[in-house]
Amino acid sequence: MLLEIDNVSLLYGRIQALHGISLTVGEGEIVALIGANGAGKSTTMRAISGIRPIATGSIRFNGEDISKLRADLRVRRGLCQAPEGRGIFPGMTVLENLDMGAYTRRDRSGIAQDLARVLELFPRLAERRKQPGGTLSGGEQQMLAVGRALMSRPKLLLLDEPSMGLAPMLIQQIFQIITEINEQGTTILLVEQNAQQALARAHRAYVLETGRIVKSGTGAELLHDPAVKEAYLGVA
Amino acid sequence: MTSVVDKVRDGRQAVGARWRGAPRWVRWVTLAAVIAFFYALPNPGFYQYLGPIPTTGSNFTQVLFTVSIYVLLAVGLNIVVGFAGLLDLGYFGFFAVGAYTVAVLTSPTSDLKTLWPWLLAVPVAIGLTMVSGVMLGTPTLRLRGDYLAIVTLGFAEMIRIAAVSSEFLKGQRGFNQIPHPPGQYADGRPFFGVLDARPYYWLVLTLIILVVLGVRNLTNSRVGRAWVSIREDEDAAQLMGVPTFKFKLWAFAAGAAIAGLAGALFAGKQNFVNSQNFELLNSIIILAAVIFGGSGNIFGAIVGGGLVAYMIERFRGIELLGIELYEYRFLFFGGVLVLMMIFRPEGLIPNRRRAAEFKDRRKEVTVGE
Repeated sequence: MLLEIDNVSLLYGRIQALHGISLTVGEGEIVALIGANGAGKSTTMRAISGIRPIATGSIRFNGEDISKLRADLRVRRGLCQAPEGRGIFPGMTVLENLDMGAYTRRDRSGIAQDLARVLELFPRLAERRKQPGGTLSGGEQQMLAVGRALMSRPKLLLLDEPSMGLAPMLIQQIFQIITEINEQGTTILLVEQNAQQALARAHRAYVLETGRIVKSGTGAELLHDPAVKEAYLGVA
Repeated sequence: MTSVVDKVRDGRQAVGARWRGAPRWVRWVTLAAVIAFFYALPNPGFYQYLGPIPTTGSNFTQVLFTVSIYVLLAVGLNIVVGFAGLLDLGYFGFFAVGAYTVAVLTSPTSDLKTLWPWLLAVPVAIGLTMVSGVMLGTPTLRLRGDYLAIVTLGFAEMIRIAAVSSEFLKGQRGFNQIPHPPGQYADGRPFFGVLDARPYYWLVLTLIILVVLGVRNLTNSRVGRAWVSIREDEDAAQLMGVPTFKFKLWAFAAGAAIAGLAGALFAGKQNFVNSQNFELLNSIIILAAVIFGGSGNIFGAIVGGGLVAYMIERFRGIELLGIELYEYRFLFFGGVLVLMMIFRPEGLIPNRRRAAEFKDRRKEVTVGE
């Protein structure tokens, strides 16, 4: 397993946000984490990327225990997160943002290759390469966040709500790109409120409720699970 | 109202664009002329033709020295506030550490009786200030925003109170006979004397140029990119693999070192250091100068530091309707700052990225309305 999370809990002050979460992500998979607002999806992401310290449990990446490792060192191990919403650098141009994604790398030719690849995946970004990130539309910023994370050439890409605030057409597009990235060999763990799309694209998925995992299975299984249907897919 | 504000903002942006668009040689020649102007400025034979620019109520050369120290401090604080985005309200504390280090090591009235020459004490002063920056930063840079501002404010006050009340630091009596920088003319007179402030001004001016060159190199490197990313979004910076704590500490230490240098220069010129030199107000003035000039832009910080320090001195000796304007200097200063924040919140000469960040935030505010 590329990522193994075992019984992780996390506290915000005195409020417990995660109650003993366990999940795994295998090499080459797309794994989705779905749940309502406040279920702890983004918190789980922060625990994995190291932005928030965990209270108990362990996180293993590539066989190594990274529970106590600093966030920036986790990036060097090959774990990179595209933060949700406006997590881009607003004053830097699109190119400078992408360049920041490659901050931990020194192989110039590899970086240039990946830049070309990202600009090919997201032609909109190529058009706006000299524009400050803050002037992009919501969808473009989202693409920039994903593209920037790809620039670190991660083994595991963490996507936090990649479809948030996007028009339906763009949602389709961004999920297509996610599948494409996965087919090119990057493992993906993604957090989504848009359960329909996420479950359709993911190999496996977990359902999160108030800081606990209540269900897991393949994407197709959960897509047809009556309880999941009722709670997250808006069909009775 | 809004449209007027926008027009003023846009007009200023055009000037910046023209400067960036000018050919390289034009910019070099302009820069060289500006530098030459400032080297020539303290000569009475030169500044007597400058109309109202020389100060009336005080010795203009002395004022220039003070202004140059403020510029150096603004350049240093700009690293901390402008580049790394760390709100430091106690920057003058580091200046005090630098000045006191020199005083303690060199003055015959110091308990240590080491009587070092000034030049030997300068690197020690810079080093100690850096260490104090790291010591203050290590526990506090894990905090963010407001907390950091409060802690730095406390630090500056601690230094001041230690200076006032500690027997070792001599309080109000202070340290006398701090030696001047070395060097003499051909006829044996010391280059750095008591009466003529010009050599000190030239020394600080030269050091400002060197420091600016160094800082520019730093900002164009990976270090600079890391600082900017921390300022723009600290979480995102960390998610991109930037060791944020380390770089914040670096910014703090670099800024502190420059303040230490300024303090050492001040002590070497003044010849006397006591606890009254380090009021809290000075920290605020320098911070205001950096924001006024254009936080995140080196030249903005220079202009801001220079203008603010100069304007305050310029009021001295001017009487209007029987009122000494100098008494009201901070009223004017405050008024100018308020106008600035309305018309140009990103400062006189903003950093390109910083201006975009401001726009981004303004947009966010309008969306929220």
